[in-house]
Amino acid sequence: MSALLELDDLHVFYGASQTLFGVSLHVNEAEAVALMGRNGMGKSTTIATACRMLPLRSGSVRFAGQDISDWPSFRAARLGLGLVPEGRRCFPNLTVSENLIAAARHGFWDMARVHTLFPRLEERETQLAATLSGGEQQMLAIGRALMTNPRLLLLDEATEGLAPVIRQEIWAAITKLKSEGLSILLVDKTLSEILPFADRCVILERGTVAWQGTPASFTREVEDAFLSV
Amino acid sequence: MDSTRKEWLLNALIATALLAVPLWALMANEPFIITLATRIAILAIAAVGLNIALGLGGMVSFGHALYLGLGGYVAGIAAHHAFSGTTVLGLPGTNQMLPIWAIAMILSGAVAGVVGALSLRTSGIFFIMITLAFAQMGFFFTLSWPAYGGEDGLPIFVRNQFPGLNTARPWDMFLLSYAVLIAALILFAMLRAARFGAALMAIRQNPDRAAAIGISPFGIKLVGFIISGMITGLAGAMMADLTRFVSPAMLAWTMSGELIVIIILGGVGRLFGPVAGAAILVGFEVFFGGLTEHWKLWLGLVLLGVVLFARGGLIGLLAGRAQNG
Repeated sequence: MSALLELDDLHVFYGASQTLFGVSLHVNEAEAVALMGRNGMGKSTTIATACRMLPLRSGSVRFAGQDISDWPSFRAARLGLGLVPEGRRCFPNLTVSENLIAAARHGFWDMARVHTLFPRLEERETQLAATLSGGEQQMLAIGRALMTNPRLLLLDEATEGLAPVIRQEIWAAITKLKSEGLSILLVDKTLSEILPFADRCVILERGTVAWQGTPASFTREVEDAFLSV
Repeated sequence: MDSTRKEWLLNALIATALLAVPLWALMANEPFIITLATRIAILAIAAVGLNIALGLGGMVSFGHALYLGLGGYVAGIAAHHAFSGTTVLGLPGTNQMLPIWAIAMILSGAVAGVVGALSLRTSGIFFIMITLAFAQMGFFFTLSWPAYGGEDGLPIFVRNQFPGLNTARPWDMFLLSYAVLIAALILFAMLRAARFGAALMAIRQNPDRAAAIGISPFGIKLVGFIISGMITGLAGAMMADLTRFVSPAMLAWTMSGELIVIIILGGVGRLFGPVAGAAILVGFEVFFGGLTEHWKLWLGLVLLGVVLFARGGLIGLLAGRAQNG
């Protein structure tokens, strides 16, 4: 069986400076993969490249059996790549429901289901996204990605900078999504939350894949080598 | 009272006033007032069209006079051939508003499609200049088109007709314009509430973020621009019938500017912004125009005041900040 998302030998540049030096990784159907590494190692770049928001110098991105290397990001999103960007990035001057409606595509996920997952979004329906708390904005960003009815949810630092109780709420929601069979690729730093959740971990170091394996095989040595600062 | 309810109340008040004043004029036998109200309604329709592009999509089209003029010339040319019993491109003329409106909207939509396809690849000042350039092309084309009056313009001897109404009567013409305005406003409200409107506003705020959730920025903006041009084109056909005259002045860049001014005065992106703005503009034209030749100077000062101190326009001033500004 071929993987849902296959990134093959990605070389990506920001202007003249290269950030990815041949990253290859894959995510299978119904699998949760955690992308880890220190700051500036290329995690967000890998996510943005998968969503076709950055041009490729070489390498390929395949999703659901199609080569989408040359696709614009909106087509990639329509094929089923649902991005929850770093720093939340909702549409600040749209209301909560407008943020959700803008993304809506037919499928399992609709307004009612998003409201069931995050009841706070229903309470805040007519509020501008800019007036939400950080945690609520994160819920909105996830809800918005779900409204596109993705086959793969890509979460870039979904719980960064949030209060512990809100983090728990977000992790509970993501865990529920995983248990329902949604494929997930997530970037995060908190090992205590990633390791029980992920099926597989991939660690990036200076724009290449330095280590990958199951959470069970993740040892103290690996952590010291690639994650500690 | 929250600002959404305030805005609805204000909208209802404006809609009622726009109906009540000419009704009073009808009873007081003041046809001039009725015609003024009709002018406000038609200008407002044109601005509702522009408000889709400018207010929802953030596309500052400085060439919407092109669609106004296109609609106007469709009405003028159709009436001209109907009157003289000649044909145009093998088709007979007509003095019926409904087919004229249909042609005006189809043609405006087609032209907006071409202009949009070329200009929406740019943004900011370049977009403004390209839309202006297209409108200027239209302006100079009509100016040098002797078959339809050239710079002298084209008179419509008898106002075109609408089934069931006597359009020659000011009140009937007003009611027709008012009904079309309400229909245009309903369309605007429906578009804004639908996925299309949310997507258009999302693109205005951040096209890359919008693309990341599956919205095609170019495609959605182009559709918005075409709908916008079609509505303004319809207003043009009605405007020509109101004044019973079309001339290149309808396509002049000052006209494009006037439409933008209307929206800024009333409130960018607000449902009733175009109506409030058109009322302010026509009010100024009539009352200050009667006092001084330089009434635009005073309008300019008001515009300056709005831009500096009341960026939500009249609606924003009275009903509070836009919910999705």
